[in-house]
Amino acid sequence: MEAGQRRGRVLIGKVGLDGHDRGAKFIARSLRDDGFEVIYTGIRHTPEEIASVAVQEDVDAIGISLLSGAHNELIPAMIHALCQADAGDIPVIVGGAIPQEDISYLKDKGVCEVLTTGTPTQTILDVFRMVANEYRQKKHTYE
Amino acid sequence: MNEIDGILKGIREGNPRTIGRAISAIEEGNHRAAAILQGINEGCVLAATILGITGPPGAGKSTLINQLISHYRIHGKRVGIVAIDPSSPVSGGAILGDRIRMMRHATDPGVIIRSMSTRGRVGGLCAAAGSAAKIMACSGCNPVIIETVGVGHLEIDIVGLADIVVFVLAPGFGDDVQAMKAGLIEMADVLVVNKADHAGADALIVDLKYATQGRDCQVCSTSATESRGIEDLANIIGNIAQRKRQTGQFIQKREKMLESEILHRAVELMRTKLKDRLMAQEEQIIGDPQDIVRKLLEEVCVTQLESKKR
Ligand SMILES: Nc1nc2c(ncn2[C@@H]2O[C@H](COP(=O)(O)OP(=O)(O)OP(=O)(O)O)[C@@H](O)[C@H]2O)c(=O)[nH]1
Ligand SMILES: [Mg+2]
Repeated sequence: MEAGQRRGRVLIGKVGLDGHDRGAKFIARSLRDDGFEVIYTGIRHTPEEIASVAVQEDVDAIGISLLSGAHNELIPAMIHALCQADAGDIPVIVGGAIPQEDISYLKDKGVCEVLTTGTPTQTILDVFRMVANEYRQKKHTYE
Repeated sequence: MNEIDGILKGIREGNPRTIGRAISAIEEGNHRAAAILQGINEGCVLAATILGITGPPGAGKSTLINQLISHYRIHGKRVGIVAIDPSSPVSGGAILGDRIRMMRHATDPGVIIRSMSTRGRVGGLCAAAGSAAKIMACSGCNPVIIETVGVGHLEIDIVGLADIVVFVLAPGFGDDVQAMKAGLIEMADVLVVNKADHAGADALIVDLKYATQGRDCQVCSTSATESRGIEDLANIIGNIAQRKRQTGQFIQKREKMLESEILHRAVELMRTKLKDRLMAQEEQIIGDPQDIVRKLLEEVCVTQLESKKR
């Protein structure tokens, strides 16, 4: 199949201690139904674990959901781990209970998009499509 | 150093980013793929044992592989895993969830795991999985484990990719019968009754031992969640690998693998070409399917030849 015809590979997972995975699972299924290959890692992982999986799986985007409130530490730590592995270019999308005032901080730290609780599923899919596609295009041009 | 040499060096050094990228290049069939594969050290590929682990959904394949990884890591071996899940026939998408059971090894530099979806292709998938296994072998992984769900025809192709085939069953599914019907058990070198902590495991073992009488097939039991029987299974696998290498069976099968890989690649190439051609047809297709097939094949082969000449 031609690369351009596929939506791409994305990682969906959770970092930190909160154990609610209904949201993440729902997004994983929605993305699959939209044609994505979804690497689902489950809950309670460290930023380093997620980064390592993203690298091995060579994903086109990482979607991390958090409800715990620890995003300001965990997400930058994950982006740092990605950079260490020469994978700082993989786009990161953060979803969940993120207070408005933290959004610009996360974006400063390299997060590509923040989707707060209540974002319509279609919007989430559109964001993933756009972000993953852009990354795939980039990968392709320098390949 | 040119780009491909850089990639090959990264693979040999076990750089996860390079390995991940190289497998993608091969999966997508981009222009680097052929050069990477050509540059792969055949010696490493021959040195590595490729284990195919198959069996019905939910039998515990991924959980068992998780335990096998731990076992091999204790023995200082670098391990590669290619985990294949089916894609949705409707959307083409897939949830690749085998990895969840192996997250314990996520940051271990001695473990490389790659998930793949079938993407509705049988031949192409096998080619991609086989190539991914080669890249892992080239990075020093031995063994390389390929996980697939075994219920239809696909896994028979996977059987052709592996040096040793381990078929995993669990009591209480009735899958044993299904598997026997599908002839899968006949392809296996080892039958594992997993979930030995469940009732019915002993009876299943007896059944399987009876069914495999007189055949070169070992039966053993494990409890992947309780980490029991893993050592035995690894020893059985190790002994089979050693014996197959000594008797020359190993090399014979590798030669056959090459043939089937070429066939798979050719079929996959043709399939996309045929499909494109068919889709490109402006007017509605009518008439005898057999005639149409003949014409289609001719057309595709002619354009292929012409593009070669140019
Ligand atoms: N009791 C018990 N449960 C097990 C054992 N091995 C695996 N399981 C459970 O069985 C379920 C399926 O395990 P997986 O390892 O995902 O099975 P699988 O064969 O890889 O499944 P697919 O990849 O979906 O085909 C999980 O809930 C495991 O915890 C075992 O030895 N005993
Ligand atoms: Mg599995």
